[in-house]
Order: sequence, then C-alpha cells, then structure tokens
Amino acid sequence: MIPGLPGTAAGGAGTRVVAEEGGDGARTGLTGAVMAALAGVRDPELDESVTDLGFVADVIVAGGRVDVALRLPTYFCAPNFAWLMVNDAAAAVGTIPGVREVQVRLVDHFAADEINTGVSEGQGFGATFAGLADGELDELRQVFRRKALAARQDRLCRTLLAGGATPGDLSQRRLGDLPPGADTDTYLQRRAELGLDVSPEAPFLVDKAGAPVSPERATPYVRRLRTIAVSIEGNTGFCRGLLATRYSAGQGPGQRVGRDR
Amino acid sequence: MYEKDGERYYIVDGHIHFWDGSPENQANKYGKGFIECFYDYHRNLSPPEWVWPLDKFEKYTEQDLMTDVFDDGYVDVGIFQPTYLTDFYKKGFNTTEDDGAIAEKHPGKFVVNGAFDPRLGEPGLEDFERLVARWGLKGVKLYTAEWRGDSRGYKLSDPWARRYLEKCAELGVRNIHVHKGPTIWPLNRDAFDVADIDDAATNFPELNFIVEHCGLPRLEDFCWIGVQEPNVYGGLAVAMPFIHTRPRWFAQVLGELLYWLGADRLLWASDYAIWHPKWLVEKFVDFAIPEDMVSEYGQLTPDIKRKILGLNAARLYNLDVPAPVSVSGNSHPGLDVSETPAVVPAP
Repeated sequence: MIPGLPGTAAGGAGTRVVAEEGGDGARTGLTGAVMAALAGVRDPELDESVTDLGFVADVIVAGGRVDVALRLPTYFCAPNFAWLMVNDAAAAVGTIPGVREVQVRLVDHFAADEINTGVSEGQGFGATFAGLADGELDELRQVFRRKALAARQDRLCRTLLAGGATPGDLSQRRLGDLPPGADTDTYLQRRAELGLDVSPEAPFLVDKAGAPVSPERATPYVRRLRTIAVSIEGNTGFCRGLLATRYSAGQGPGQRVGRDR
Repeated sequence: MYEKDGERYYIVDGHIHFWDGSPENQANKYGKGFIECFYDYHRNLSPPEWVWPLDKFEKYTEQDLMTDVFDDGYVDVGIFQPTYLTDFYKKGFNTTEDDGAIAEKHPGKFVVNGAFDPRLGEPGLEDFERLVARWGLKGVKLYTAEWRGDSRGYKLSDPWARRYLEKCAELGVRNIHVHKGPTIWPLNRDAFDVADIDDAATNFPELNFIVEHCGLPRLEDFCWIGVQEPNVYGGLAVAMPFIHTRPRWFAQVLGELLYWLGADRLLWASDYAIWHPKWLVEKFVDFAIPEDMVSEYGQLTPDIKRKILGLNAARLYNLDVPAPVSVSGNSHPGLDVSETPAVVPAP
C-alpha cells in the first residue's frame, strides 16, 4: 500500500479506537500514526480510504502491539478485494516505528478465517485459496488502479469542460496546465502509482498505456471515462449505504474512542 | 397494467423470486449470511413504509407474492428467475419447481425460467433437457458465483458452459439471464467481470444474454460489451431502487445505458421480494432526467418507459401485448455498434 496519502487524523465513521495511554486522544503518538497509516489504505475497487469508508471497526494500541478490525458492507464482499485491504492495512501499520506486532482481523465475512490466517502467516493469496485461485492479486490491483485513474481523469475533464474547453482541447492540455487543487494532486498521485509520466509537459488525456488520446477520439474517450466514473461513484454510494445499514445503532461494533499518552 | 396521465404501460417484471431463506432451510452460516445480505439490500434501498420484518423477508407466502406483484404491483407478467444455492439451503433457495408450482396455478401470469450448472457435466446436461421439457423453458437464469462443493463459481467461457449453451440453442431456450456475484474460479480475478458474457454472446448470436443488474458493480464493462454485442441486454433489477435513495445517480445509470445500448435492450425488474414492484413502477413512470443532465443524456419519453417496463421483455418472451400499449415502430438504438468500439482507446 502507498502510505503518505492525506487522510483523516483520527477514527473515521464509526471507528472504535482504544489506546493504552492517556493524553491528547487518538491524534497523537502511536495511535495517531496508526490511524494515519490506515487512512492511506484504500479500497482498491472504490479508490477511497478504508477509514473514510468506515471499514475500520476497531483499533487497539497496547505496548507496541496493534490490533485492527476491518469490517465490510456485506458478508459476501469479494474475497480478493477483502484480502488486499487486510494485507495493505497490516503492511502499512507494520512499518510504523514503535510497532512491534500487528494483527489485522477481518470480521463478519464469509472468508474471514482464511484471509486472517493467510495474511498473518504471510502466505500469499494463491496459497491461502489453493485450488480456488491460480495466482496472486497484482493484476487485479492494476486493473482497478486503471479504472480509478480513469474516474479521476473524468473529474478533471468535467472541470475543464465546465470551464469552456471542448473535448478536443483536452487532448492538447499538459499536466502543467491543470488547475491546482486536490483533484489534480490525487490524479497525479494515481498516475505516478501506475508508472505513467507525471512531468508538467506530459499530456493530460492519456489511455491506459499512457499514450495521448488524439483530438478526434477525445469525445468518445471522454464518454467512456464518464461511464467508469458513474460506475465507481455508484458502487461507493451503495457500499456506504449497506455498511450504514449493516452496522446501524445497536448492531455490530460500536464506537468507543480511547486515548494515548 | 399501469395507467398515468393518459398513458398506459404494460408491465413485465423481468426478475422475481419465490424463495425460502428461513432458518429451517438454511444449511449453514452461508445460507444465513446470504439472506441477511439480501435483507440489508432490502432495508437500505426501500422506502421505510415498504420494509418487512426479517422473518417475513426470509419466507413469504404465495398469497404475499400474488398480492404484491399482481394486485398491488401493476405487473401483467412476472418472470421467475430461480436461484438454487443448494450448498447454502437444504431444499434450495428458489428452485424452478417452487416457481413452476405457483405458475401452474395462475396461467398467463408467469414465465418460468430454469437454470443449469456447467459443473454438473454430462449428467447435468440430461437433467437440464428434462427440466426444459417439463416447464417449457424459454429462458434460464445463471448465477456464476454459485458455490458447488469445493468450487466457488464458473465462467460462461468454460468449455462445459459452452456445451450447455449449445443445448440451449438446440432446445430453443433463447434467453440467458446471467447474474454475477462475488466469487468465481479463479478467485484472484475480478468476479464481476463480464468478459465471459462477451465471449458467449459472440459465439451464440442466436441467444439473448440478459445481464442482470446491468453488470453492476461493473456498469462500465457491461456498457462496453453491450455496445459491441447486439444480443446483449441489461436487466435493471438492483439499479431500480436507487430511483428512491439516489435519484440523480439513477438518472446517470439510466442515461449511460440509454446512451450505449439504447431503449430497446433494457428490461425493468423489481427483484421481488427484495423490492416491491408497486413503488418502483410508480416512481419510474413519474421519473424525469434532472434538468441539468438533459443536455448530456436527453429526456425520457412515455415510449422509452413503455419499452423498458414491458415491451422489450414481451419481445424476448413472445408475450401478447394488448394493442393500445404498443409503441409506434420507432427504435431507440443507442450508439452505433458497428463503428465506435474500434476507434476509442481503452482508459
């Protein structure tokens, strides 16, 4: 996973944070570092932080040991994406100085036992689901990074089109021409993850191989970006809604915020 | 039949169930998890006055079904889509036999679809042939994420799936409804990917492939195969209830589908009993694309709604539509399927 993304400083929606020590709540010290690391873990399909999505149910920090519980919108969420989030959360927390041991547990999921054991014992996905899988998840991750990039590209296209640009104009834009702001920053970060050129002179409108899209193909290309963005946006809304329904008051892990010192 | 503002609509519900998800029928924790997952869909996307208690949702009666779908829900014909899940439920979740028994009591009200599982090989093929004969099947519903023993699913491009589709073509079972779910083989791939449907649609141009839930959560991939394969259709179950909770997003989804596939290849459905057809019909007939999206997506017309609500399904299943609710011969074809795909680079 890629640490260093901007994230919420402390527990997002419904996260229970328990720390062993007093002090300035979850915003400082080891607990703060853990929450920041988790904020950098994304749902690979939705391209949003697991803390922002409310997938982090529990964080317990005690004596250099960190326990994290992850929850998902449904019992049957796809096990490959679930694996990536558990794996990425363990990796992100594990690199924090002062963390001696990390345990990430997926809860309320049909494949929780297999995933939790497989990740904590360092087995690969293929070995954990022997006979049910024929490889690891790198390609899956890559496919969804490309979709996420397309949706981010769509967002910038909308801004530029609203500002009077034509689709053909978008083909002429360079990265250095993009309006400053969070959308551009995130777009550049996602491009860098995919190994695409992020220099200011690089063309903005590129296909999945990083090749520029010609002005005459820009209109249908921008339409395709739009469809991808509508899809991801809808899935994100559905997942948020289902999570809220599943963990509404009185059910599932509650909210409890502890402190550290 | 539904009538509003002087317009009449013939209603075919393209996706209904008569299931038993009760604890008595659950074979294991997966059966419990499955119906609870459905229940969360139901609770999350229904208007509050339409939410059932869990025990009714787990197992409702034949009378509930008849009242909700036909007496209250305006539906003229309902298409039963079985979902066997025999690894999760002792007697199966919703079998062809369960549906067929009700259909035989109410002639003209239902289309009974069956199912096959390519993992059952040669013996399954013979059973399938008998099922087709027994119920006069014109369609099947496939759930590619279904578990069977150690298997976590299959693809339509698998060699045995091809054999079964050949059998469908031979027996005149022309409508292949495909529902994707969270597991397949191999598990490391995207289970919701619709590329195998693309493959099957190319190989079997004489069959119609109705992709349930219009490919959600892979709307974009679905639209892309839909634009290239004229025998691919979109079933709107699961997309429909967003008309209530997120109408702007619903407008976008519908707008995308109309842009890529056109109005002739979309089938309205409730997914009863997950959602009740009454409020879905009423809201859909009242629905308009929001003003600020019209320049991008155009506006819905009564003819477009008539096609989606019933006429498209009637065409696929040879149902008799009363003359007053037909539309004039104009087609709404969506994008030109012959030229566009080749010239657009892949994002």
